Amino acid sequence: MAKITFNTHDNNTHTIDIQNGLSVMEGAVQNDIPGIDADCGGGMACATCHVYVKDEWLNKLPAKEDGEEDMLDMAFEPKNNSRLSCQLIVSDELDGLEVNIPSKQA
Amino acid sequence: MNKTDVLIIGAGPTGLFCAHQLGIIGLSCEIVDNLDKAGGQCIELYPDKPIYDIPAVPECTGEELTNNLLQQIKPFNVKFHLNERVEEIKKVENRWNVKTSGGVEFDVAAIVIAGGVGSFEPRKFSVKECDKYEGNSLLYSIKDKTIFKDKTISIFGGGDSALDWAIELSNTSKVNLIHRRDGFSGAESSVQKVKQLHEQGKLNLFTKYQMESVVGDKKIDSVKIKHDEGETKEIKSDYVLGFFGLIMQLGPILDWGLNINKKTVEVNTESFETNISSIFAIGDICSYPGKLKLILSGFHEGALAARGCFKYAKPNEKLRFEFTTTSKAAQERLGIKK
Ligand SMILES: Cc1cc2nc3c(=O)[nH]c(=O)nc-3n(C[C@H](O)[C@H](O)[C@H](O)COP(=O)(O)OP(=O)(O)OC[C@H]3O[C@@H](n4cnc5c(N)ncnc54)[C@H](O)[C@@H]3O)c2cc1C
Ligand code: FES
Repeated sequence: MAKITFNTHDNNTHTIDIQNGLSVMEGAVQNDIPGIDADCGGGMACATCHVYVKDEWLNKLPAKEDGEEDMLDMAFEPKNNSRLSCQLIVSDELDGLEVNIPSKQA
Repeated sequence: MNKTDVLIIGAGPTGLFCAHQLGIIGLSCEIVDNLDKAGGQCIELYPDKPIYDIPAVPECTGEELTNNLLQQIKPFNVKFHLNERVEEIKKVENRWNVKTSGGVEFDVAAIVIAGGVGSFEPRKFSVKECDKYEGNSLLYSIKDKTIFKDKTISIFGGGDSALDWAIELSNTSKVNLIHRRDGFSGAESSVQKVKQLHEQGKLNLFTKYQMESVVGDKKIDSVKIKHDEGETKEIKSDYVLGFFGLIMQLGPILDWGLNINKKTVEVNTESFETNISSIFAIGDICSYPGKLKLILSGFHEGALAARGCFKYAKPNEKLRFEFTTTSKAAQERLGIKK
């Protein structure tokens, strides 16, 4: 279980508990966090689960797998701290993770 | 006006199989899709990836699945209307009048929405002013490449479309290729070619840059780009092209008065009819308790929706349950000669 904080574009903060093994995207969708569309259901084919990771977390997260960076090219306003939340699998190590949700997903 | 029993919106796997199920029970249908080909997500997002959970098909790619479905509905000569987005529906007495973006009209007894997560549309630049120039000097696809001759073109993107067009247009135009990082997702051979053209001075390559703004009056004059490190450049451009792949947009379906919940349409699980009678929804676009967004679920939903359409298309006839193995009528419809 990990506590994950989502800052949405309208300046709201949502902190939720997500079970280990789920993706950060799934946790967000199940908890109705606005701004995570996840159109492809985690298939790494849509980039609408895009989040900006708080800088201090960037190096603590598992590295991007093949294809994630390619998909981020398609995301709305990608930055150096961009990740696809469907590729971040929750574990105890992610406890306290904080991400910002972009103003739009497309 | 195209008159048929059922209009299927979406040529993804679910829509294609529903056409088969309609054909088997003797109903006619036509299919509209915004893409230029049938297959939906399977063909657009993962044509070469293997799928392992189609019942009785241990392994097939997205493209193979699509081709097999097209093969399976061949006997019914289903008419496809590709590159058309369904925009408007209107009830006229007991039937529906349907209009597409290209002005194609249908007169049907029932509608099956198999629209997946929406119609595929090009992804756009996030910079606001871009809307103003879209279609004149800012484009997301190329219909007529001769307009670029001797012009300065700024292309954004790092996939195959961006690379291929940069290479091709560099023969007749001054091309700037701008991409957000050093790596590209397009084919390695194209990446090498672009780098070579850049070294030979036949193309300008800007990596780690993204669009900051566009400058112009009626048409674009230049585009401002910003480096990761903050430095900005203004480059003269007659045309700006963006190639960021496709995104799915629910679009007009939202305006039809359907019960929509999280970008999906609520249905009953008996016939997959929506809150509006004679409109059905199947596949990724429908929601009900326990919904799985899998192709196999879409097939089941399509079989039931097809039967649900029957009473609207043939109100005076009774539908009998039959097996294809033993039904003469079904085999005749399939064109099986014995
Ligand atoms: C990378 C990836 C891997 C996957 N792997 C599997 C797997 O292994 N097994 C599995 O079962 N599923 C898998 N899926 C999910 C599967 O592809 C979908 O469940 C399936 O494609 C849904 O089919 P559909 O026909 O409902 O919709 P789609 O395939 O999304 O097709 C919908 C079509 O409708 C069109 N459309 C929508 N609105 C309109 C409109 N207004 N006018 C005209 N056309 C319109 C769209 O352009 C689109 O072509 C995967 C998905 C992805 C992204
Ligand atoms: S949900 Fe589509 S890429 Fe993450």
